[in-house]
Amino acid sequence: MAEHKFAKEKLGDLVSGLSGYRVFAPTAIGDVVRFAEVTDPAQVTLDYVNSNVPPKELMFPETETLFRYRLGQDEIDAAVPSADDKRVILGIRPCDSQAYSIVERLYSWDFNDPYFLNRLGGTTLVGLACADPCANCFCPSVGGGPASEEYLDAIMYDLGDTYYLKTITDKGDEVAKALSGVLEAAGGGEKKAAEKQAGDALSKIQRSIDTAGIPEKLPSLYDHPFWEQFSDRCLGCGICTYLCPTCHCFDIQDECEAFDARRARMWDTCMFAEYSLHTSGHNPRPTRKERTRNRISHKYSYFPEKFEVIACVGCGRCINYCPVNIDILDILEKSKEAEAKEAKTA
Amino acid sequence: MMDESNPYLPYIVKIEDTWYETPGDRAIKTFKVNFTDEKVWDTWSHRPGQCAMVGRLGVGESMFCISSSPTERGYLRFSVLRMGKVTSALHELEAGDSMTVRGPVGNSFPLEEWEGKNIITVGGGIGQAPLRPVINYIRANRDKYADLKVIYGARTMVDHCFKGEFDEYNQEGTACHLSIDVDEEQWPHFVGFVPNLLMEVAPSPESAIAVTCGPPVMIKFVIQNLEKLGFAPEQIYTTLEERMKCGIGKCGRCNVGHLYVCKDGPVFSYASLKDIPEAFA
Repeated sequence: MAEHKFAKEKLGDLVSGLSGYRVFAPTAIGDVVRFAEVTDPAQVTLDYVNSNVPPKELMFPETETLFRYRLGQDEIDAAVPSADDKRVILGIRPCDSQAYSIVERLYSWDFNDPYFLNRLGGTTLVGLACADPCANCFCPSVGGGPASEEYLDAIMYDLGDTYYLKTITDKGDEVAKALSGVLEAAGGGEKKAAEKQAGDALSKIQRSIDTAGIPEKLPSLYDHPFWEQFSDRCLGCGICTYLCPTCHCFDIQDECEAFDARRARMWDTCMFAEYSLHTSGHNPRPTRKERTRNRISHKYSYFPEKFEVIACVGCGRCINYCPVNIDILDILEKSKEAEAKEAKTA
Repeated sequence: MMDESNPYLPYIVKIEDTWYETPGDRAIKTFKVNFTDEKVWDTWSHRPGQCAMVGRLGVGESMFCISSSPTERGYLRFSVLRMGKVTSALHELEAGDSMTVRGPVGNSFPLEEWEGKNIITVGGGIGQAPLRPVINYIRANRDKYADLKVIYGARTMVDHCFKGEFDEYNQEGTACHLSIDVDEEQWPHFVGFVPNLLMEVAPSPESAIAVTCGPPVMIKFVIQNLEKLGFAPEQIYTTLEERMKCGIGKCGRCNVGHLYVCKDGPVFSYASLKDIPEAFA
C-alpha cells in the first residue's frame, strides 16, 4: 500500500502513462455515461455519479463469441480472451467492483468460466470513491460503502484540484509504478481530506435495508400475494436486470453468415417469458409475478444460500431506471412486513 | 470428461447408428454415437442419470440425458423427442453425420447407496430415457440388487421407447409392467395412466427405492401414489428438467428455488424437493 496524488490536469498524462495496459474508463455519450476503452484521454469523464450501464460489460460483454466454426466442418476455434491481456479499469465505483467479486463466485463454481475469469484476472481495478452518492444508493446495507476498498486494487479520491490515489494490492502498486512520472507522494493532508470525504459520503446515503433474516425467510413467502403489488405494474422490460451489475444470466445462440458461424452468448433476463419457457409450451414462470419473485429471491435468498453473499451491491440502478418505479427496497420491506404478519398469525 | 480449460467447447461425435423408437409428429429417435477423437474415452466417464448438451453446429444445443449405461462401453446413446428447433435439426441427421456433445454434466442416481434394495422404475413416455441407464446398470450388476421392477406407460401402443428390450427384461426375471392411456385392440397389458398402473402393481415400500421420470403431471401423481403405498420421501427419486443453455450452473435459467437443475440435479430425492414449491411449478 502506498499513497500518491496527482493534479487534476495531469489526468491525461496518467491515462497515456499506462502504456502497458489497455485502459477502460467512464466516457460520456450525451447524457449517458458508459465504460469504454480509452484511446484519447479527452474521452475520460470522472465527473459522474455512476455509469448508466454498469462496467460488468467489461468482464461479461453484452454479446461475446464463445467459439467460431465453418458450417459443414467439424473444427472449433475457441475465442477465449487471454489472461495476459493487461487492462486497467480507471474510475470504477466500489459497488461495481464488488459486483465482480460476487459474480466470480458463480463463474468459478466447479466449472471455471475462462471468458469471465481471464478478463478479471488480467484487470487492475483503480476505483473512484463516491463523494456524492445517488438518491437510491444503499451500498452500506449490502456490505459495501462509498469508499469501500475491499474489492479494488487502488482507489482514487477527487479532492477538488487533485486526486489522492491509494494503492491497495500488488496489482495496484504495479500500476502506480508505471505512473511514477505522473504521481507524487501524498501527505497527511490528502489522507485526512479523503477520510473526511468518505465519512461525509456515508452520511449522505439516504436509503437502507436491514437484510438480517431476509435470505432465510423469503422462500416462505413463495405463494404470498404481496408480490403482485409490484409485479402487477411491471412492464417486463428487463432494464432492472440489464443494468444490474450482478445479473449474470445469458443465452447461447448459434449465428451464421454464409458459412462463417459462431456460437455466442448474450445477456438474457429472467424478466422475459422466453427465459424459462419449455419447448413443450409449459412455462414454470408464466407471469410477471413468478418472474419478479424469482429476480428478488435469487438476489436475496437463492444466491446467498449457495454462495454466502447477497447478489446485490446497492447501486440503485434498478430503482433509478425502472419505468414504473418498482423499488427493490420497497419489495424487501414489504416482504419483511408480510413475513412478520404470517409469523404472528401462524 | 468435459474440457476443463473451457467447458463451453463441445466434442464432435459421429453417429454410428440411428433409429426411430416411436413414430409420428413427436417421434423419438435414438442416436448411437462415438467420439471422433477416440482419446476422449480415456478420460470420459459418466454415471446413470447424468446428462450432456447435445447439438448440431449452426443450430444450437439442448440438454439430454445419456440414455446408455456406463456399463455399455464404446458408445453413447441419446434418445431425442422431436419438439423444437434443436431436436428437429437433430432428427434430420443420419448415420455418418456429426453431432456435438458437451458433458457429462449434472449429478446421478446414487446407485451404490441403493445396493441390496428392491428397485422400482416408474416411467412415462420419453421419461424412460433416463431410467434406461438405471435399468441397464442394475442388469449388469444384478447380484448387487434385490428385485427390479419396470413400470412404464405411454400414450398408445407405438409410443413406448426401447420396445425391443422388454422381452430381455422379462427373460431375466425383471417384471416389466406396461400401460397405454386409451384402450387399443390387441393390447394385452394395462390400460390407464401410469399412476393407476403403479397402484395396480402396488410395489411394497419394504427395503425399496422408487425412481420416476416422465411428464411433470405424471410425476406429481406417481409421487402421491407412492406415498399412499407407504414410500417415504427419502425412498422416492425423480429427475427435473428446465430450459438450459450452459449446463454448468452459470446461465441462470434452470433454477428451482436455490437449486440449479443442470448442476445440483437433474436427480433429486423427493425429500430434497418437497419443500421447494418451484420444483413442481
